[in-house]
Amino acid sequence: MVAIVNYGMGNIHSVKRKLDNLGVESIVSCDFREILTANRIILPGVGHFGRAMDELQKLDLIKTLHEVALEKKTPILGICLGMQLMTKGSDEGGTEGLGWFNCKTEKLIVDNPIAYKVPHTGWNTIQHNASESIFENVPTESEVYFVHSFGVNKAPENETLCTTVYSNTFVSGLKKDALIGMQFHPEKSHDCGLQLLNNFIHKI
Amino acid sequence: MYRPRVIPALLLKGNELVKTVQFSKPNYIGDPINAVHLFNSMKADELVFLDINATKENRNVDLELIRHVGEEADMPFAVGGGIKSLEDIQLLIAAGAEKVILGTIAGERPEFVREASDRFGSSTIAVCIDVKRTLLGKLKVWIKNGKESIPYNPIAFAQLMEEMGAGELIVQSIDRDGTMKGYDIPLIESISSAVHIPIVALGGAGSIQDLKLAAESCPINGLAAGSLFVYQGSKKGVLINYPERQVIRDVFH
Repeated sequence: MVAIVNYGMGNIHSVKRKLDNLGVESIVSCDFREILTANRIILPGVGHFGRAMDELQKLDLIKTLHEVALEKKTPILGICLGMQLMTKGSDEGGTEGLGWFNCKTEKLIVDNPIAYKVPHTGWNTIQHNASESIFENVPTESEVYFVHSFGVNKAPENETLCTTVYSNTFVSGLKKDALIGMQFHPEKSHDCGLQLLNNFIHKI
Repeated sequence: MYRPRVIPALLLKGNELVKTVQFSKPNYIGDPINAVHLFNSMKADELVFLDINATKENRNVDLELIRHVGEEADMPFAVGGGIKSLEDIQLLIAAGAEKVILGTIAGERPEFVREASDRFGSSTIAVCIDVKRTLLGKLKVWIKNGKESIPYNPIAFAQLMEEMGAGELIVQSIDRDGTMKGYDIPLIESISSAVHIPIVALGGAGSIQDLKLAAESCPINGLAAGSLFVYQGSKKGVLINYPERQVIRDVFH
C-alpha cells in the first residue's frame, strides 16, 4: 500500500490517478497510522514551504515522517515542494525543513530574469546516472514537467540524483538510501513520469 | 534543455466545445470529454479550457464537466470563465484543475489576483490578457469576452498582474483569434520583455512554424492555440490533432 500524504497543499489527485493507472493500490491520507503502515510513501505538494511545514505540524505528522524515513526506512518520494521539504530548510518563509538531505532550498538562480522567467514552468530535460535503479528504462535527457520558483541550487554529490539546466544547473533530483526527491512532477510527465513512478514502487 | 509548452486552448459554451473567429461566430466542434481522450492519446503537454459565455451569463464554468475532465485528463489543465470569488477557485481546483485563469475579474478588480495568489499560490493563478488594436493601432486590454475595454495598455496591465502575484500571463490577441495567420509577435514580445513571470501566447497560430517563430522571437513559456488543434485543412474540417512529441522537441531545439 502506498500512502500519499495529504496535508492540504496542492492538487494530489493526479498522483493518485497515475498510481491507479499503474495498478498500484494507494490511499490519500493524513492519518499517522496509515502512514506508519504503508510500504511506500509519496509526499507531494505545491505552494509555500513555510505554510507546508505549518500544515504538517498542525496535523502532527512531522514526528511520523521522521520515524518512517529514519527508523523504519520506508521508501519515500518527495515531489516538487515535497522534495524541498526533505531539505534542511528554505528561503521561502525562512523555515526549517525535515533535514533528511544535506542541502538547502533557495530561490532559483537566474542570470537574466527577463530571459529566464520564474517560476521555471514547462518541459526540461534531466541529466542522470543511468545505473540508478529509479532510472531503469528512463533514457538520459528525458523530458519532464517542472513548475517551481525555489529549488536546490547545490547538493552534495552523493545525494544528487539528477540535474537540469535552466539559466544555471540546479539539482532536479535527490537520493539518499530509500529517500528520493524529484523537483519535477513525474505524475505530469507522461510516459517517462509513469516509468519513474513505477520504478519507485518496484525498484526502490 | 528547456522548451515551452504546446497547449491546446479549448473554448467552452456551457458543456459544448466551440471555436470562434475574433471572439465571435462560435462554431460547434464537439464534445469536450471526447477531445480530452484524443489529446490524452496524443500526449498533449497541457490543456486550457475557457468558457466564453460564463461571465455574460453570470454563472460558473460547468463544474460537473470540469470534474469529468479532471477524472479523464492525463495532463495538467487550466480553467477560466466567470470566476468571481475565492470559493469559485477552490471548487475548480477541487474538481481537478491545476490552474485557474482570471480574466474579467482581474481587469475589474486587480487586487483580487493578489487575494487569489496569496491563498492558492502564484503557480495556481494565471491571468488571461485579451488585447485588441484600436482603429488607430493603439493596443488596449479588453474584458467580458472582448465586449468592454479597460483603461490600461497591455504592458502596464501585465506588470500590474505580476505585482499582484499572478504566476503566468496568457497574452491573447483578439484580432488574430481564429484567423490562423500567426501570433501577434510584437504584442507578445513587448509583454515578455516587460515582466519576469511566464508568458503564454494565444491567438492566431495556424501552423507549427508559427509556434517556432514566436518561440524564437522572445522568451516564451507556452504556445497556445485553438484552431490549429481542432481544425484541419483550408476548409477547416473539424479534426482534433496535436504534433508528436519528437516533432515538438525538434521544433524548439
